[in-house]
Amino acid sequence: MTSPKDLRIGIDVGGTNTDAVVVDDKGVVVTSVKTATTKDPIDGIRDALGKVLDGVDRTRIAKAMLGTTHPANAIIQRIGLDPVAVLRLAAPSSLGVRPGAAWPTDIRTTVMRTSSIIKGGHEYNGAEIAPLDEDGVKALAADAIAKGCVAIAVSAAFSPASNEHELRTREIILAELGPDFAVSLSHEVGSLGLLERENATVLNASLLSVANGVVSGFEAALLEHQLDIESYLTQNDGTLMTASEAGRFPVLTLGSGPTNSMRGACALAGVMDALVIDVGGTSADVGILVDGFPRESSAAVEVGGVRTNFRMPDLISMGLGGGTIVHGDLGSMRCGPDSVGYDVVTRARCVGGDTLTLSDISLAGGRLRGFGDPAKVADVPTELVDAALAWVDEQVSVMCDRMKSARASVPLLVVGGGAHLVAHSVPGISEVLRPEHYSVANAYGAAIAEASGTVDRVYSYDTSSREACIEDARGHAVNAAIRAGAHPDRVRITTVTEVPMTYVPGGGCRVMVKAAGPLA
Amino acid sequence: MKQLVAEDIEALCLGATLLGTGGGGDPYIAKLVAQQALETYGPVDVVDASELDPDALVLTVAIIGAPTVILEKIPAGTEFVAAVRALASYLGKEPAAIMPIEVGGLNTLLPISTAAEMGLPVVNADSMRRAFPQIEMTVFTLAGLPAGPLSVADEKGNQCVFETTTNQVAETLARAAVIQLGLANAISCYPLTAGQIAKYAIQGSLTYATDLGRMLQDVKAHKEGAWEHFLSETGSFEAFTGKVVDLDRRTTDGFARSTILLESLHDAAATMRIEVQNENLIALVDGEPVITTPNLICLLDAETYEPITTEALAYGNRAVVIAMPCAPEWHQAGMLELVGPRAFGYDLDFVEMPK
Repeated sequence: MTSPKDLRIGIDVGGTNTDAVVVDDKGVVVTSVKTATTKDPIDGIRDALGKVLDGVDRTRIAKAMLGTTHPANAIIQRIGLDPVAVLRLAAPSSLGVRPGAAWPTDIRTTVMRTSSIIKGGHEYNGAEIAPLDEDGVKALAADAIAKGCVAIAVSAAFSPASNEHELRTREIILAELGPDFAVSLSHEVGSLGLLERENATVLNASLLSVANGVVSGFEAALLEHQLDIESYLTQNDGTLMTASEAGRFPVLTLGSGPTNSMRGACALAGVMDALVIDVGGTSADVGILVDGFPRESSAAVEVGGVRTNFRMPDLISMGLGGGTIVHGDLGSMRCGPDSVGYDVVTRARCVGGDTLTLSDISLAGGRLRGFGDPAKVADVPTELVDAALAWVDEQVSVMCDRMKSARASVPLLVVGGGAHLVAHSVPGISEVLRPEHYSVANAYGAAIAEASGTVDRVYSYDTSSREACIEDARGHAVNAAIRAGAHPDRVRITTVTEVPMTYVPGGGCRVMVKAAGPLA
Repeated sequence: MKQLVAEDIEALCLGATLLGTGGGGDPYIAKLVAQQALETYGPVDVVDASELDPDALVLTVAIIGAPTVILEKIPAGTEFVAAVRALASYLGKEPAAIMPIEVGGLNTLLPISTAAEMGLPVVNADSMRRAFPQIEMTVFTLAGLPAGPLSVADEKGNQCVFETTTNQVAETLARAAVIQLGLANAISCYPLTAGQIAKYAIQGSLTYATDLGRMLQDVKAHKEGAWEHFLSETGSFEAFTGKVVDLDRRTTDGFARSTILLESLHDAAATMRIEVQNENLIALVDGEPVITTPNLICLLDAETYEPITTEALAYGNRAVVIAMPCAPEWHQAGMLELVGPRAFGYDLDFVEMPK
């Protein structure tokens, strides 16, 4: 008799901790661990896997999901990035701004070895700006090899609406340089906004080696634990991509950390619309769940100083965490922004350390339980405790208020290691909820992630009706979700956003639709 | 005369964003275009109209199209040069200088790149010193100066020149042309002599915008007294400090119309409503108009003092709303008919800035 394949592993690699959970098909947590993130994060993954699998029947495990900060760290630290050739298809338009124009010099010189703007791309109405300059593509391909590039990033004007020139360019490059040469196309990576999409595509191309290292390391770690199973990575929007797809689109995983924690909080609490606060050792992030997904930011997101247009969770962050240092005494009290971070377990007063932190305040104020010795903080004046907690409450209240999208009261889900700091009641919040397993909400969010598909294109409401346009976009989104692995019968539309375009004739409207569903 | 170098661009861009009064197109792309042009062609001379031969021809240049399209079709630079050359060739006279028509938003910085590329000086003047949505909304229209003949050009070599009977027709024809030319094009209009500009234009606009940017940089850097200095130098006042509690966006007749509702941070009963058509046009406190077009209504982030554009505005933003006086050159006969509240369909009287 064979055992059912009813378990999933979720792993989240953060700056401080690598967490892992095993979850059954009802979403119930079977086991969970928190381990330290290691210099080579694969070591931490291996360690976490070993611990979380202890006592679990491995034959029951069907899938493994990973959320990781590897690619983000590679960009921030400029380590392991591949040299890339940059090709823009838009001439004669766009010559006024070169590729990489606003990049910090250090990352530009690390990544961009050569670039060229050649004829091609499309207008808002689908007409060609110019026929594609195929000789220009070949010349750039030759230059890429001469300059030692291992990938080419291709971006065409209006490619989210008309991708023919990008697709043809890839064919030409592969014919010139061989079928395995790495080519990143902008319409597969970003949305409207040529410069930001081009930046994202270049970053993506430069992360391919890092991504392949993560994917092969993850798969090897699974095999070491006798797990020959499907593996996935979580992306910015909290949904899954197969490990092989993640190897091609690493840039789409950059913001997965906060998303996983919000999605995890959502599922652990069983609440679809709520604010979420993730309080760590150093900082707190507040985001908002709408129909179970994080609301995405509309403003440009910078990664390592490079402006992009990724769909990232809309977050407000501030220096407020369990390790935040409390300075001065009554009258001159100031909290943070500095923090002892994960050293809170040795440096906080309540564990015999020499630094007064918000964890000590929380313990003295009766909020924190099960950590440290209350006797060691008994000498902290009550007024100071009250003042520091009042500061915390004020910050939490302001952050929540700013993140809300309407005046009505909503619930607040509290997760992360510093969750104890948040009071039982917050102004404008209907209910403060601390779901079970809140400290590993991010790994849980990875374990329960779904597959999704999105569409972002410009429609003319005068050519066909608004309803017909939106129906068309919904159909494309559902098909994309099914292609990504979602169960065809369980796919649902999660968001529909319409942005009317000013001065554009014919009722021009940008329509963004996302569909998601559990894995088939 | 002074020189404009790449280092001046940040302050000018910040000032231009403020003068966009919530609209005017995001100057970010224009900043990159101007920086590249200054790096490629060298610094640009900024001159007052009075420094030029009074008979010398000065041509304006601006981008015309849809902000969302411009994000995909980044300017080449050549289309602006082409628009200027097309109009010069039609007039049979070479321009001695380039001038911005709209110092406010995106169009503040593009003439600088054109001047750099053509090796011409840029005139320190304009016709709005804020953003407005249509090309007839200028002090030149008030002075009876025609917008035509005018030229529209794209980056491929297509160009047209119009003769027009009124400045309103000029707006209509230019819009019709850019729809066919890709909705991200160059326009050169109001061909004038340096003598006419010295007499009828808003003087010192580029230095005004740069000074605004520098003063705001000091405010953002939390320099002592910088905010008070900014307010007194510009003759502005803080009209409201509040939080965005409602935001209604809609598009009608090609304009992005919105209503912004702010609730006071100090007194929950006090509210400010701002009516927007691309730019912020009317501000009312508890139903009473307190700031109206053509005076400027500018929203700044209450913590960072970064100007907030309507597009980026979201529920919960905390904003300081300031009233800034429009350029004094606006105060002449016909102002209210052209750019007052009723010109935008609001049945309200113009509100003077308090003395």
